[in-house]
Amino acid sequence: MSYTLEGATGPWEVVIGLEVHAQITSQAKLFSGAATEFGAEPNSQVSFVDAGFPGMLPVINGECVAQAVRTGLGLNAKVNLWSRFDRKNYFYADLPQGYQISQFEFPVIGTGEIEITLADGSVKNIGITRLHLEQDAGKSLHDQHPSKSYIDLNRSGVALMEIVSEPDLRSPEEAGAYLTKLRQILRYLGTCDGNMEQGSLRADVNVSVRKAGEGFRTRCEVKNVNSIRYVMQAVEAEARRQIEVWEEGGEVVQETRLFDTSRGVTRSMRSKEDAHDYRYFPDPDLPPLVIEAAWVEQLKAALPELPDARRARYVGEYGLTPYDAHVLTLEKETAAFYETVAKGRDPKVAANWVTGDFFAGLNRTGRSIANSPVSAGDLGALLDLLKDNTLSGKLAKEVLEVMVDTGRPPAEIVEQRGMRQVTDTGAIEAVIDDVMARNADKVAEYRGGKDKLFGFFVGQTMKAMQGKGNPTLVNDLLKRKLG
Amino acid sequence: MNALTDLTLAEARAALVKRDVSAVELTQSFLTAIEALNPRLNAYITVTPEQALAQAHAAEAALARGEARPLTGIPLAIKDLFCTAGIRTTAASRILGNFVPPYESTVTANLLRDGAVFLGKANLDEFAMGSSNANSAFGGVENPWHREGEPDTALVPGGSSGGSAAAVAARLALGATATDTGGSIRQPAAFCGIAGIKPTYGRVSRFGIVAFASSLDQAGPVARTVEDCAILLGSMAGFDARDSTSADLPVPDFAAACARGVKGLRIGIPKEYRLDGMATEIEALWQQGIAWLRDAGATTVEISLPHTKYALPTYYIVAPAEASSNLARYDGVRFGLREEGEDLKDLYERTRRAGFGEEVRRRILIGTYVLSAGYYDAYYLKAQRVRALIKRDFDEAWGKVDAILTPATPSAAFGRDEKQNDPVAMYLNDVFTVTANLAGIPGLSVPAGLDAKGLPLGLQVLGRPFDEETVFAVGHAIERAARFTATPSLRAAA
Repeated sequence: MSYTLEGATGPWEVVIGLEVHAQITSQAKLFSGAATEFGAEPNSQVSFVDAGFPGMLPVINGECVAQAVRTGLGLNAKVNLWSRFDRKNYFYADLPQGYQISQFEFPVIGTGEIEITLADGSVKNIGITRLHLEQDAGKSLHDQHPSKSYIDLNRSGVALMEIVSEPDLRSPEEAGAYLTKLRQILRYLGTCDGNMEQGSLRADVNVSVRKAGEGFRTRCEVKNVNSIRYVMQAVEAEARRQIEVWEEGGEVVQETRLFDTSRGVTRSMRSKEDAHDYRYFPDPDLPPLVIEAAWVEQLKAALPELPDARRARYVGEYGLTPYDAHVLTLEKETAAFYETVAKGRDPKVAANWVTGDFFAGLNRTGRSIANSPVSAGDLGALLDLLKDNTLSGKLAKEVLEVMVDTGRPPAEIVEQRGMRQVTDTGAIEAVIDDVMARNADKVAEYRGGKDKLFGFFVGQTMKAMQGKGNPTLVNDLLKRKLG
Repeated sequence: MNALTDLTLAEARAALVKRDVSAVELTQSFLTAIEALNPRLNAYITVTPEQALAQAHAAEAALARGEARPLTGIPLAIKDLFCTAGIRTTAASRILGNFVPPYESTVTANLLRDGAVFLGKANLDEFAMGSSNANSAFGGVENPWHREGEPDTALVPGGSSGGSAAAVAARLALGATATDTGGSIRQPAAFCGIAGIKPTYGRVSRFGIVAFASSLDQAGPVARTVEDCAILLGSMAGFDARDSTSADLPVPDFAAACARGVKGLRIGIPKEYRLDGMATEIEALWQQGIAWLRDAGATTVEISLPHTKYALPTYYIVAPAEASSNLARYDGVRFGLREEGEDLKDLYERTRRAGFGEEVRRRILIGTYVLSAGYYDAYYLKAQRVRALIKRDFDEAWGKVDAILTPATPSAAFGRDEKQNDPVAMYLNDVFTVTANLAGIPGLSVPAGLDAKGLPLGLQVLGRPFDEETVFAVGHAIERAARFTATPSLRAAA
């Protein structure tokens, strides 16, 4: 059942396209050698090129182009061997040159597509229209002085990829899934850190509504939405606003809007009439960007495994459930952690431990894979102790809890705390004999047919052994002695 | 002995190396001449005597150690469009009137590397926009030449490199840097009776040169002789990774190429450069040039460059379009003039109104218009197509000829008050020169004769891309045949 919003006149479809600005992970800016580190002192990462000084010229940073090509390959997109930089002209205090260098007519990456998976398990392909390279502007700070604005040019000239989707998305959920998937791909590729709080990834959301079977109606663009949750909220808020306009007999006008996160509504930023005439023209300081096909092949050969391929491998090779495979591949770091744990071990057991008790431990302590107290090697070592019967499953869970709390390796914890399980049948038999002697009445009842009492004897035996008895041996020996 | 200021650059260099002349003495002669003549000529916006003398002393020490580089001790004027570290660089605009760049342009850095002495910053049309040097916020430049019998009628030196050309002609520098977007080296060189070359686009780095129209701008030298230009270009040129349009090619020995001769060369004479109503003395000079080259062993061939007539309108779309964008950075926010305003928009408007002169404002308006939505295809895009055709005309010509000979300008220098009120008449000055910028090819202006009033006239040699060597060889042959020995009425030691 497809997503619709109910209006007074019946159901409405929502049509969404996203323009995502992704900051390229690179040491230097797109056209200058200045650094790009986040959070540096204002105006400490600015070259004369970034500040638009007279006579300064842009020089393309090859690594940024490589990152764009890698991203294009990751989006199954066409790499354009010939592309061009254009100037987008407008005046603003944080735009030092008075123009932004972008790719208007000939982007470096053409059409592609990505597959999204929705909550009901269904899969949908979303078209990518294009990806182009452009430089970021600086930042205006309006809250530093009562009557003046301050300008920080650290971001000025930082390389961005603008990734434009087709208007293929039909619900807030799809928009969220698309952005999540895109971010996942970028992170796997290492081409953008995907950090939305720091502004490394921002989305402009194009929304329109229509009745079933209609062509597209007028769209509005909600600018600069900086979280996946806000994107989903903005889609719904904007769609509801448009439905109301249409149903009241009005006309939706094409305009740029902003999402007010505190009130959950969009408001007008500028109308089409106020839109800038950007006077795009080819940047005469930069020759066309010409890429060798052989270089693209090299980059392709060196691409890391992407989430879809990895997920398929986990299901196919490791025999994991699609759900576990999905969870383990969401983040590149998680997948790498899992693979270290699984290496040379039973991949399903490894998956259960990683997604089960290990994730629970991280949640309990508010940690993540990145700052996990337990290394993948130590978790693997724990599984080895389980496998060679040093630990029972129950003991292993206890050891893992201690590992999460202390960060110590499992062997050390087992040794220091004497948590080794008892597999000496003689010792177990001695305990069983004692338990049976102290509970002669229960033994009689059991032997008289009260099978349910078996659990009582297991519990008593384990209790007497402080939980360290090998559960299988305890079971077997109890059955034999009681039988 | 002649005054030191009368030496050519090559002669001065030989005298310095032989230690017949001291670098300090040479620089001092030019500083003295500047002090005497610059108040009238206004060829320099900024004179830097302390720096010049310090550089001259350093040069003298290097010469004493026998460590002469190609330009050690050679005093030059630097067009005030080249950024010079620690020295005010104005582009002859109020908007940069207080701008002191913290960096050096590649061209000036190359010249300093080769030992040159900088006397100061030469006047120009504001942002290099003009053909008379009248569009300078620091006042116009007077041409050191005067019509016979009219010593008080000030003539323009041409533009935009009017200060550079006037300084060299008046012996206020041995040579000068200049830039050429539509003729800004060649036209003032012709008006001032000196030589000047606009090299192939990409031959000289644009890094650190205040931009006018990026796809057309190219720096080059002006000097009294073709050989002097060749020596200077040898130092100025070369690949620069900081300019993406710079050509990664070795720099040939241009000075050696001057002496190659023209025997066996095929020289094209483009029929489209014969304009209706062209002055007969321009036509006569052109014919004289053809005869000189034939006498020197070249053959001449009539050729056709059919799209020539579209060059000027094409230029006056492309150049302002790029300029309108290049000059957007002069907004009062980070450097240069700032006129405070009510808000950001008001600050922009006040700053740019106060900072830019009339011609600059006119070109920003034209450029903004031709790039606007709805007009882009009709103007800018069409101009780019015509530009490609103009380039193709030349590409086809190179199949038949090795160089092309044309007049440099349609007239000799004109009076300060003539043409000033008619921008289109002013734009016509570039009619013979803009094609080289649109096609990206080298063009050299050589002084070749005088008009009836005793004013210098130049011939232009055009060549294949990156074949400045042939251009220098042809220019040198003309120079030798022309025996141009006339001197301007205003000059040092005169």
